[in-house]
Amino acid sequence: MSHPLLILFKRDCSLFLRRRQDAIAIIGFFLVAVALFPLGISPEPQILRTIAPGAVWIAALFAIVLALERLFTDDLADGTLEQQLLSAQPQSMVVLVRLAAHWLVTGLPLVLLSPLIGLQFGLHGAETGVLTLSLILGTPVLVLIGGIGAALTAGLRGSGGLVTLLLLPLYVPVLVLGTAAVSATMTQSSPEAHLSLLGAALLVALVLAPWATAAALRITID
Amino acid sequence: MSENRIQWLKFSSPKNFFALVERLLPWFWAAALISAAIGLYIGFFVAPVDYQQGNSYRIMFIHVPAAWMSMFIYLIMAVYAFIALVWRIKMADVMAVSLAPTGAMFTFVALWTGALWGRPTWGTYWVWDARLTSELLLLFLYLGYIALHAAIPDRQRASRAASLLALVGVVNLPIIYFSVKWWNTLHQGASISVSKGASMSSSMLAALLTLSFSCWMYAIAVTLTRAQAETLERERGAMWTNSLATAQATEPEENNLSETNNGAVV
Repeated sequence: MSHPLLILFKRDCSLFLRRRQDAIAIIGFFLVAVALFPLGISPEPQILRTIAPGAVWIAALFAIVLALERLFTDDLADGTLEQQLLSAQPQSMVVLVRLAAHWLVTGLPLVLLSPLIGLQFGLHGAETGVLTLSLILGTPVLVLIGGIGAALTAGLRGSGGLVTLLLLPLYVPVLVLGTAAVSATMTQSSPEAHLSLLGAALLVALVLAPWATAAALRITID
Repeated sequence: MSENRIQWLKFSSPKNFFALVERLLPWFWAAALISAAIGLYIGFFVAPVDYQQGNSYRIMFIHVPAAWMSMFIYLIMAVYAFIALVWRIKMADVMAVSLAPTGAMFTFVALWTGALWGRPTWGTYWVWDARLTSELLLLFLYLGYIALHAAIPDRQRASRAASLLALVGVVNLPIIYFSVKWWNTLHQGASISVSKGASMSSSMLAALLTLSFSCWMYAIAVTLTRAQAETLERERGAMWTNSLATAQATEPEENNLSETNNGAVV
């Protein structure tokens, strides 16, 4: 009754929801990592406000890298992934749907929690808003680029450290733009330029990343 | 035109490649060493002392060629990666893999000499300047490529996966550079201008160009040497490697494994 891609989307979401401990671990990691910044640097309100954008972004970035290991590993091991790529649907669409489902269950919770963290770091209303907005635009880019890294390293022993090394240099532009948007709001200037560039990065990644990820998966499977 | 094509493809066969490199290598090594000697002589004894920086500017003669090479080599590596991925030519992957350590080495040298130059000139070993930061990220891209290639046991998969990563890296490199530049203009911490005066005495330029040439030759020589070793390792058990081994009379018969793919292209 419904489109195969929609079924795939529902399958990925429900699989994740049935293994809630993974999602909880990622959200827990995000919250703990953010909480370490005031402990490690200083609880001074002025300093906290300065480091807030970077702290939230860096924690989100690592949480997303951490979650990536789940993306293809299990489906590769039991052959599901191969069948998905052999299906009549375009491979890049299959990948895009899977990445979208992955973002929905791992990226979106981080976005939703970010206003709470903004409050902890003493951000004002507008700044928190921009932080959340930058995460809404930026975390999908991280997941999309991350898909390439996850596909290349799927099934390798000790892929966690490797995928971090591969991806973090590629994540720099998103980190820079996301934190700069919030910092700009703090200095009473417009975050529009940064957010526009983040949006542009999202559009480019939406077009190119699923295609590259599908190519990487074909390499991994043969 | 078609003759030309055949010539090139001939050397993408491991056996012909090995023989060609064997003949070319001494020339590249000689060119590298001689031009290095000339360049260093001009750089240290002929080029005048800089009126602002004194003698410490002379590290530029190593630093600038190394920085150039670090970027060129990544581009060349990406071109080989593209060839390896699209046409599945084995030798292209051998070249890309052999280039990566040299590229990483030049990146490291550029960072290291930059730090040594920065200390007397800026008063600090490191600033989070746009160029320094993107050079550091370039080093991580090289390390990622090397690590991914080494982590995958299956050779074919390793080649294709690392090639794809190199291409993703080369697409991202300008984006990373401009984002770091953007970030740097926002946080104008240390107000140091890296770009030096445009005018340069002709002997300085001569030393710089000679040493750049030397770095090119060195990079080619060392890459080809590494590629030779890589070829031998990949083609072990093939007939021509066995006959090579018997000719050198090091290991007469032990190498005769059952696998006898004669290393044809594709």
